[in-house]
Amino acid sequence: MAWPEKTLPSTDASEKKTIGAGVFRRCDGCGTTLTAGELAANFEVCASCGHHHRLDADGWRRLLLDDGALDPWDDHLSPSDPLQFSDGRPYRERVAGAQKKSRSHEAIETGRAAMNGQAIAYGAFVFSFMGGSMGSVVGEKVTRLFERAAKDRLPVVLLQASGGARMQEGILSLMQMAKSVSALERFRKVHMPFLSVLLNPTTGGVAASFAFLGDVNIAEPGALIGFAGPRVIESTIRQTLPPGFQRPEFLVEHGMVDLIVPRSEMKNRICTLLKHLTHAEATRPARPSRRTAS
Amino acid sequence: MATFVLPFEKPIVDLVDKVRELRALAAKDSRFEPELRRLEEKAGQLAREIFQHLTPIQKVQISRHANRPYTLDYIRRFITDWIELKGDRRFADDGAIVSGVGTFRGRSVVIVGHQKGRGTKENMKRNFGMPQPEGYRKAIRMYEMADRFQLPILTFIDTPGAYPGIGAEERGQSEAIGAALAAMARATVPIIATIIGEGGSGGALALGVANKVLVLEYGCYSVISPEGCAAILWKDGSRADEAATQLKITAPDLVQLGVVDEIVSEPAGGAHQDHDEAASRLENVLWQSLLALEGKSREELVDDRYRRFRALGAFVA
Repeated sequence: MAWPEKTLPSTDASEKKTIGAGVFRRCDGCGTTLTAGELAANFEVCASCGHHHRLDADGWRRLLLDDGALDPWDDHLSPSDPLQFSDGRPYRERVAGAQKKSRSHEAIETGRAAMNGQAIAYGAFVFSFMGGSMGSVVGEKVTRLFERAAKDRLPVVLLQASGGARMQEGILSLMQMAKSVSALERFRKVHMPFLSVLLNPTTGGVAASFAFLGDVNIAEPGALIGFAGPRVIESTIRQTLPPGFQRPEFLVEHGMVDLIVPRSEMKNRICTLLKHLTHAEATRPARPSRRTAS
Repeated sequence: MATFVLPFEKPIVDLVDKVRELRALAAKDSRFEPELRRLEEKAGQLAREIFQHLTPIQKVQISRHANRPYTLDYIRRFITDWIELKGDRRFADDGAIVSGVGTFRGRSVVIVGHQKGRGTKENMKRNFGMPQPEGYRKAIRMYEMADRFQLPILTFIDTPGAYPGIGAEERGQSEAIGAALAAMARATVPIIATIIGEGGSGGALALGVANKVLVLEYGCYSVISPEGCAAILWKDGSRADEAATQLKITAPDLVQLGVVDEIVSEPAGGAHQDHDEAASRLENVLWQSLLALEGKSREELVDDRYRRFRALGAFVA
């Protein structure tokens, strides 16, 4: 059988394609055709099968934060190019492309926000910026997040979606793991909770630093979570991986995360956890002033 | 020791072999002495010349050299009263990390180091120096014990990376590494880390949150192996030489980036040519480093370490 002749698309066809791409989307879970509007209104969760598609940082802000409002911290930090790295295309160009694509300076946004009135220090990875990879800026912003949260005595809610360390910043990316975890260790001293939310995916250097060190670790349905990527493991052990490997149920079964929370319940569950973990702090009688004590 | 020779080392090794033969002759007949000395000098000079111009990927090959001294080779040479301590008290003992207590020039110290094996059987036991979570949990046990009894910690880094396997994921490789970083960050004792060979990513860093970080002259430290980097960037692992150059992973690069504080020189032709000399040089630098940290209070040591890592990174504010 011969292949049909290649034909140039007619003007009509191309118009139709443009409209279709914007209006309709197929669910990655069940294949149902959904309107993009429906999906967006449902925070990228399929109404028929519950499949969680990626939600961008903007969506998470609207989903979790009161009035969707974030008072950003350290938003001006931009990457430099310490290694003069080029893989054919210079790192600086890649960064510029990522900034344009993600409409973000870097792969994380941090700041002060409120959830049901409770003030928090908030951070969310921007996966569309070079796969949410952690270079110097991400490490610095996570470090400052813990430092400011310690200073202002705020709980930390951090949403991770990252493939790991950023190769293009080499060893300095690796050092961000040590830096951010050191800051987390200092934050522990103020006895405020750190809630770690593991989104799709959380792997590599982000998984192997602060992501699993939450007082509570929460996974989102369907997320890929682990140290090594599945392809690396398969090529090392030369075996096909079992179904469900590195998925949230696997992590709960092996004791690595506390609970799996769908998007529709995420805000409530986080707020309830924050209420419990800050209960002692909130109900502690006001410390007597020096005068009344003496 | 099994002989293993890299192509660019061949001329040196040939000369060293001749020196050895001549030395045997000279022991019986002193007329060979001048020739022996001439040849010894020539061998040293050739080694220096060749090693002066090593490319980054050649340095990576030296850092992984099968004859290179490993953690236990150093312990044997400058630690006395050594007692190896095993197990994470949770699951197993990991042969890819050795740990214990010993005496370093009169001081009791805690030691944690990656351990590679020589030959197939030993490498199976050591898993080629790639730890599982229980290795990192054993390390955490050691860091906490050192803190409890106020003993300095010496770590030796030499790993291709943490092991990527099913069991490792089941038992929480990520959590184990993250928790090891945290345990090092909070320890109130002097910590000195030395990269003696390969410093492979997070699996290396779990022994690397130290007050002072040393690297041997031909040691390397990287966020990803040059082969892995090339496979991701160009879908071609054979371009590892380019990746090694781009990633800036050699000792002078590491000092320049502030990741490492000091380089420990190796004998001519690399540490594997003379384990005793390599150990003696490392011992001296370790001793000076330890003395410099001994005067600091517990709080100062933690703050010092915090500031050291806090300063690492490059960005535009």
